Formats: sequence, structure tokens, C-alpha cells
Amino acid sequence: MAARRLPRDRDEDAGAARSLEQLLAAKEIVITCGSGGVGKTTTAAAAAAMAATHLGGKVLVLTVDPAKRLANALGLEAFGNRETRVPPDLFTAAGATARGQLWAAMLDTRESWDSLVRTHAPDVRTREAILANPLYQNIAGKFVQSHDYIAMERLYEIHASGRYDLIVVDTPPTRNAIDFLEAPERMADFFSSRLLRWLITPYKSRLINVASKPFYSVADRILGTQFLQDIAEFFILFQSMYDGFVERAHAVERTLSDQRTTFIVVSTLESAPVREAEFFIDALAQKHLHLGAVVVNRVLPSYFVDRQAAATAQRLERDASRIAAELGDEVGPAAHVERVLHEIGASFLNYRVVASREAAQRAEMAHVPDVVATVPFFETDIYDLAGLLRLGNAFWR
Amino acid sequence: MMEPSEAPDGASVELLDRRLLFVTGKGGVGKTAMAAALALLGARQGRRVLVCEVDAKGNLADFLEVPPNTFQAQEVSLPGRASRANGRLHVMAMDTEESLKEYLALQLKLPLIARVGPLARSFDFVATAAPGVKEILTVGKLCWEIRRDHYDLVVVDASATGHIVSQLTAPEAINSLVQVGMVKNQTSWMVEMLSDPAVTGAVIVAVPEEMPVTETIELAGRIGTETSVDLATVIVNKVLPELFGRGEEEIFERLRAEPTRDALSAAVGGDASELLEGARLAVTLRRTRTAHLARLRQELPSGVPLLYVPYLFIRAHGVRATTSVAESLAAELGL
Repeated sequence: MAARRLPRDRDEDAGAARSLEQLLAAKEIVITCGSGGVGKTTTAAAAAAMAATHLGGKVLVLTVDPAKRLANALGLEAFGNRETRVPPDLFTAAGATARGQLWAAMLDTRESWDSLVRTHAPDVRTREAILANPLYQNIAGKFVQSHDYIAMERLYEIHASGRYDLIVVDTPPTRNAIDFLEAPERMADFFSSRLLRWLITPYKSRLINVASKPFYSVADRILGTQFLQDIAEFFILFQSMYDGFVERAHAVERTLSDQRTTFIVVSTLESAPVREAEFFIDALAQKHLHLGAVVVNRVLPSYFVDRQAAATAQRLERDASRIAAELGDEVGPAAHVERVLHEIGASFLNYRVVASREAAQRAEMAHVPDVVATVPFFETDIYDLAGLLRLGNAFWR
Repeated sequence: MMEPSEAPDGASVELLDRRLLFVTGKGGVGKTAMAAALALLGARQGRRVLVCEVDAKGNLADFLEVPPNTFQAQEVSLPGRASRANGRLHVMAMDTEESLKEYLALQLKLPLIARVGPLARSFDFVATAAPGVKEILTVGKLCWEIRRDHYDLVVVDASATGHIVSQLTAPEAINSLVQVGMVKNQTSWMVEMLSDPAVTGAVIVAVPEEMPVTETIELAGRIGTETSVDLATVIVNKVLPELFGRGEEEIFERLRAEPTRDALSAAVGGDASELLEGARLAVTLRRTRTAHLARLRQELPSGVPLLYVPYLFIRAHGVRATTSVAESLAAELGL
């Protein structure tokens, strides 16, 4: 495991960002990651909205989550693969003055693959043959891993175009948090692989060499010859794009480790997301990628862990009957008041257990990055730009 | 604690009588906990149960408190006593490469290392290249365990909502791509198995929050239109308790108002305002969630039973938590 940045290192690193505001002001690409259901997409959108409001410039939030609610919150009916500007009057309506522009785009895997093929295909015939190949359609549309790669590829393309001052990317939900970090490398490996040569060779030269013969006899018996031929045709076509693809995959990889890129790990304080966040933080360190901040969402109010409040809650739960009697009739029928008081105490103690457990999780995480931002439990769902900015304000400074 | 629910109808009673249950749901909803609890419950009811983790995060082992999970199934010693003697619980983690090796060894009866070597080495590439290979090796292995009658019930801690449809449709997809050969035959019986509601069912786990409810409704639709698998049930996890009954909310409001609040503080011998604030938060959270729950009930295809599992304040994982969830499910299923 690569060295974690411990708190004492911070003083030596005078240039390190101390808040999300500073971090976003210094970087061009911000990638949010973390386990599903922790508010990753919303955090990415809130960070982008805050940057557009306070830092200015052109800011793009690139999301893989087609959540209609987020589109609505950004004042858009829906947004697709094309970058769309969030209407400026929405900021006014939210009581904010945007110094810059906020743009949004969604990642449509299929469409992005198609455009990649169009870029790299050597000629029209090859291009059309690839786009029509059933295997290609399967890979482009359905493959889990293909989402990871295409997300990074699209990010690279937009960043290289220089159209935006800041790009905030919400990463796809991956089986394994580090999958998408390795996607460019895997893609390059894949196109250089020996297997690919095996698959292609016999159909090119009709010569099967000694090494690949057992492979063919096994594959033939399992899958049938036709299927193998389909695969081979696909790869022969794809190989014509080999150089472009591999070069591109390496460029994407370089972008991820560039100084202008940073990662924000998003989590709640439940045990599974915290574990995934820690795993991710280690993976970033191992790959020498920049961890800019940890955003901890949905943190319960601190009064739940207050010792005195807990003692009071215990008394309320225990002495509910006596206290109800003391309060008298005007509050309500004594039996009901007693039950209400008991419930208030019991509920407080229940939430206290959760808050204590989460405080312990938080303490274990606390020594990890330069910036740890805590976002309180919002009682209502975020459904507009004002909501995103309210969330953003909680982690900004 | 429990959400008032209708008496479980026929479909949910027979949930554990199916042979293969795919448990799915958005990340963070407690999918793994539910898979573990269903498996535990099945074993306690006297079945031979296998529970298999597909996403290899290692959480399933925590819920059953067993050593790290491997492709080789290990037996879990059941907490308490199985209600019937032959109830058994095994747990495994899917490893598609191991599954491929097992498949080749069984089907081709080839000396393993010599012939499979080059294939296994390039496995990652094959799996990336050919559509659905990882999915078919996962689903195939589990279907095979049932076909061989190794278990009465296989519970799959399956892919999250984003990928479950491609997992469930992999046999069909491959079946249509491959025209002849062993795989053609094998995917044929897999398809048959998956599309039989007496054998296979999908279980979606949700929590009463906005995005999980939206995804559950969407997924229920997709399972209906894009797959041949029957949606057996939706489990709503982390249901918050209702604090106050009828008429009690007014009492609570009176307690929060100025003069009464001070009287309460005096009577309890400490500042009551944080307690009242905590209760207000609990009431608000419960109310927001009730609204999402109502939307879920309304928009799910009719006839899909819902099971409710209360939020566990005390424990989040471990066998005790799993047992407690299993007991909630048993009560919901009328067992």
C-alpha cells in the first residue's frame, strides 16, 4: 500500500487545498467516486453548480446517471449525450448570481462508442461494417466494462477540446471501484493481446499454429465454428483501428494522472460505503492519483452523540409516566402524553446508536485526505438548483 | 415497527419454494443482507440452501460471519437450531474463471492444465470480448447446481440494478448468437429454467427513498418486458418506525411549543429541546419515506407482493443482524 497522507504531512504541503472551493479553483477535472446510493451524482452536480456560481468560467457536469430529477433540478427537460447549458435565469430563481456558466451532459455509452468508431475507422466501409456487427452492438451497448472505458474516453475528449474550465465527472457505478481507473489500460492491453492474434490468424491465413491449436479445438466444440467466425470478423475490422485506440487509451490514462485532475471520494457513514471509500482511497494512492477531498453525506446532527442529551433521553424514557403527570391535562390525556414522551426518549436513543456508530466510522476515516467535508442529513429531497446550492454550501468552505 | 401490510398472498408464500432467487437492488439498499437473510430463512425451514455472492465484494461473508468467501462452497453452521434437521446452508463467491475451468473439466473431460492453460490465461480478454461470457458463466453455474439437485434453493446476491437485466438475459442472448454446439443445448435448458416462475424468481430490494424507489419501479418494468424471469417480490428495507399514533402528533406539537417545552425540561431535569428536535427529525424522515413508499406501491405492476423489513438501529451487519432480518421476513411471509 502506498503511503497515506497523514495529518502531520499537511503543514509541509503548504500548497494543498484546504477546502473544496480551493480544490475546484485549482483543478480542471474533478472525478467523484464512491459506492452506489451515497449521493455521488448529486454531489457532483452541486460541486459544479457551486463552481459556476462562485468561481466563474465554463463548468460542465458530466454524469452517467440519467436521473430525471437531476435534469429537472438543472432546469432541463432531459439532457443527453450532447452538452446542454443550464438556463442562467435558474440561478437567479435560486437566489444566486452565477459568475460563470453551468453545462450538463449525460454519458450515453452506445452513442459515445459509435462516435469513437467514426473517429478511428480508416474508411467508410470498415466503419459501417463495425457499426452493423452484432458483436459490436453487444459490446457497445451492454458491456459493463465498456461503460468504464467510454466514460474516461469521453472525459478525455471533452477536456482536450478546451471547451471548459472545469469538468466534474460522476463515475459509473462499477462492480469494483477501481475498474474504471484501469479501463484505459485494459483496453490498450486488449487490443494488443495474443488472444486477439489467435482469433484473427486462422481466418486470415488459414494456418493454425501449434500454440493456438488446443484453444481452437476447445473453442470449436463449445461455441461452434460460426460464432468464432463472427468474433474473428469483428476483431479483424476492429484491428484496423488498433493504433488509434491504443494511443487514445494511453492518452486517457495520462489525463487521469495529470496534475490538473483530482478525485473526490463520496461516502455516507454506513459501514459498507465507508469500506468502499477506504478501498478506493488506497487504490488512488497506489496509482499515484490525486485524492482531493472526501465528502461525507447524510451525517446525523451532532446532538445525538451528546452525553447529557442521552442522559436526559434515558430519564424521559424511564420516567415518562411521572413527567406526564407533572405536565398536567392541558397537553393531552395522560396515557397518550406518557406514550409520546416515552417514544421521544426511545427514538432519541435509537438514533444515538446510529450516530455513535457513524461517529466511530468518521474517526477511522478522518486522517485520510487534505479536505474532509461533512454534509448534514437533509430532511427533504433535492429537487431544484437552490437545493443543489444548499448542499454545495455545506461542503464549499 | 412493521409497516401495515396486506396478508401475504399466494405468490409471496411460495417465495422460498422456488429454486433460484436473484436478489438485486440499487447499491446501498441492503441487497446482500437480504440475500443472506433469505438463505438463512430457507435453511431454517429445512431446505438445502446455497447463497452465492456475484459481485465479490466480500460483504456476504460478514453477514454470515464466515471466512472469506471462495468459489468452493463452504457450509455455514446455522445459528440456533435449524427447525428441521436437513436444513443446510452453503455459501460461495462467484469466480467466472473458476466457473469456466469447472465447466470445461466437466463437459470436455480434458486434462485441465494442459489444454485449458492458454484459454484460462487469456480469460479476461475472452470475457471482455465476447458478449455475456461472464454473465453466462455465472448464471450457468447456478442453474447447473439446481439441475443436478445439489440444493433445494439457490439464492443469488446478484448484480445491482444496472446490470441485472444483462445477467438474466445472458442465456437467451448467447442462445441466439450461437447456432449449434453444446452451448446451444445448455443455454436452451437454462432459458427454460429461468422463465419458469415455479423455479426462478427475481427479488428487488428497495429502501423508501427517492432514487431507490424510482430505480425499483424502472427495474420492475424492465424485468417484465426484457426478461422472461418472474418478479417474485419487492422487499422494502430500512422502514422507519412510526413514532406517534393518531392524535399523538398534536400532543407532540404542544410539547414543542414554548411554555410546555420549558415545563418538560424542568420535569425531566435537563434540556428537552434537543430531544424534541431529534423526534421532529425522526417524524420528518418517516413522513418523507412514507411518501416514497406510497409511490412504490402505486407504480409497481399489480400483483407483485411487498415485504417490509424495519430499519435496524442496533446492528448493521453480522449474524445477529441477518437473523433479525430473517425473522422479519418470516413474519411477513407468514412463516
